[in-house]
Amino acid sequence: MNAVSNDGSGGASPPATGGTVTMTYVQALNEALREEMERDPTVFVMGEDIAVWGGGGVFGVTKGLVDIFGPERIRDTPISEAGFTGVGLGAALTGMRPVVEYMYADFMMVAMDQIANQAAKIRYMFGGKARVPLVLRTQEGAGRGNGPQHSQSLEAWFTHIPGLKVAVPSTPADAKGLLKMAIRDDNPVVFLEHKLLYGKKGEVPVGEHLVPFGRANVLREGRHVTVVGVHITNDHALEAAEILAPEGIELEVVDPRTLVPYDREAVAASVRKTGRLIAVHQAPERVGVAAEIIQCAIEDAFDYLDAPPMRLCAANMPVPYAKTLEDADLPQVADIVGAARRLMSGRSVTTAGSR
Amino acid sequence: MADQRPQGKTNAAGGRSPKAGGRKAKAAKLVETTGLRPDELIGLLQRMMLIREFEEECARLYRAGRIRGVTHTYQGQEAVAVGVCSTLNVSDFITSTHRGHAHVIAKGGDVNLMMAELLGKATGYCKGRGGSMHIADMSQGILGANGIVGGGMGIAVGAALSSKMLGRDTVAVCFFGDGAMNQGILHEVSNIAACWNLPVVFLCENNFYGMSASVEDTLACKEMNLAGRAAAYDIPAATCDGMDVIDVHLATRAAVERARGGGGPSYVVCTTYRFLGHHVGDPLTYRDKSAVDPWRLRDPIPNFAGRLVADNLATREQVDRWEAEAKDAIARALAFAEESPDPDPSNLTEDVFA
Repeated sequence: MNAVSNDGSGGASPPATGGTVTMTYVQALNEALREEMERDPTVFVMGEDIAVWGGGGVFGVTKGLVDIFGPERIRDTPISEAGFTGVGLGAALTGMRPVVEYMYADFMMVAMDQIANQAAKIRYMFGGKARVPLVLRTQEGAGRGNGPQHSQSLEAWFTHIPGLKVAVPSTPADAKGLLKMAIRDDNPVVFLEHKLLYGKKGEVPVGEHLVPFGRANVLREGRHVTVVGVHITNDHALEAAEILAPEGIELEVVDPRTLVPYDREAVAASVRKTGRLIAVHQAPERVGVAAEIIQCAIEDAFDYLDAPPMRLCAANMPVPYAKTLEDADLPQVADIVGAARRLMSGRSVTTAGSR
Repeated sequence: MADQRPQGKTNAAGGRSPKAGGRKAKAAKLVETTGLRPDELIGLLQRMMLIREFEEECARLYRAGRIRGVTHTYQGQEAVAVGVCSTLNVSDFITSTHRGHAHVIAKGGDVNLMMAELLGKATGYCKGRGGSMHIADMSQGILGANGIVGGGMGIAVGAALSSKMLGRDTVAVCFFGDGAMNQGILHEVSNIAACWNLPVVFLCENNFYGMSASVEDTLACKEMNLAGRAAAYDIPAATCDGMDVIDVHLATRAAVERARGGGGPSYVVCTTYRFLGHHVGDPLTYRDKSAVDPWRLRDPIPNFAGRLVADNLATREQVDRWEAEAKDAIARALAFAEESPDPDPSNLTEDVFA
């Protein structure tokens, strides 16, 4: 694994060329697409309603790009997820670098043969003689009342399939740097954005900004409890850290940024320092990535653990619509606060099935 | 059971004129009918022979327990692979199927590397990582056989999209069987190819069975007119005699020329028959034992050899010698494979990522 950076800088990002600018997560994604399309004429984007609708996609990620690059490279597709995934794969094998957009991660389930049986396996099946520079971009997650078929967090599905890389940016800077990196990668990358993060603001390096895969980012340092989150649950953890700080409980929030490759050493290093671990995500608990995060930490840092690691996840059920139900289903800031307090109280708490 | 006797030259709505091939072409001089040179015509026969011998050897090896998993052979359908790929350039693309050995050989694949792959050797096309259903050769535009029925259709259309976006004049041919006619992705990518006017040929090999499922039981298709489905996408379609390499060649050539000229996608349906089962060892419980007999009379290899002889393009002695050469080539491929090392398990996880 790569060396671990605990300085909060996010590791080995090359120095930005022109300082930073404040922008939203969606603007950062848009900038990454624009810069990569300007840099490389084989990069193009295709998906449903990305060109005409609202000037650039339901969430605005491709806003304005069709005016710059035209409808050939910002390509609206028929509603045929399996079909256009296969088309993207074929284009990737033959000289293009497609970025395929799915309006919702849930819709990727329609294309799973093309993703899991074809794109993920082709390089290996062909004995390493093919390159698949294909980005499969979408947004996932709950919290907006989109209901059971528009709110899933599906990162565990893709993480489980060998041959796919999986990115889960939680900040505007990472959204830009990871997407630019994904587009330059010669492997299929499932790039999972989060629908609640699109409006999040942050400092984003101007121009060339690449975030390497497999390099976690310590969002906040602390001595007592390591919290590893996915997407917006990292923001929840940062809020929880503010609440707990006056009590003398320090959270260290570690954002893995990519799940494949996964920076297990960064998490292990944090756990060796804190002795306590909470993994948190909006996906259901059962066989979620929290289980993998915890198991890796047990293997890597068992002797340093002062308490059983905990996971805070959605319940093993579809994501409900009504706000009261959705809030109850998802891990909240208060859940992280409560879990950290329990870990610090010295009481061993078994969390499986507690939600 | 519906009539599955060979109909000779068939033709469907939007199809080609019957005079282009089939029995009528047989009476005509092949060079005149096709515009192909004598050596090109002879090459068609030789390539079919090489496929037949490869598949016969595969069946022997499989029965001897030397090929793992399953293997699907192509005896009887050789005219399709060869007729189609003889219309393509090296830079053109194909996607293939689970029954893909012939497509690879016809497109220019190396039988040594193929045989080594089937025996799971480090020298095989896929270094022993893929096996029978995943042979690919990027240098020959072979974008892979496929273990999923219909799995390669999107890839073919994507290759056609690349051609168009990069301003190349390459064409993609998407091989699939009658069974894959019922996969949803065919609908999706046919529609995409038509909407975007992409240079792709959807090449259906109708051998009447998707594993055990007969076309009459599983295809909702008036009068078994598989090509008729293309009308739904405004895609021109032809049905040709898949037991006749010339008929296949001419039908495909028209479609490839249309694609290369910017005329968009086509469907070509080749009516053919697999002499053996779905895979080696298939007991064929779903098909009359005698059903194959009339098709064997139309075996594309001896029939085409006879036409070359009738046209004074070859002698019987030459035909016999070419068959012996095909056997020798496969024997050499087997020897190459046998002499090759097994893959080294220390390389097990290489090639998952670039």
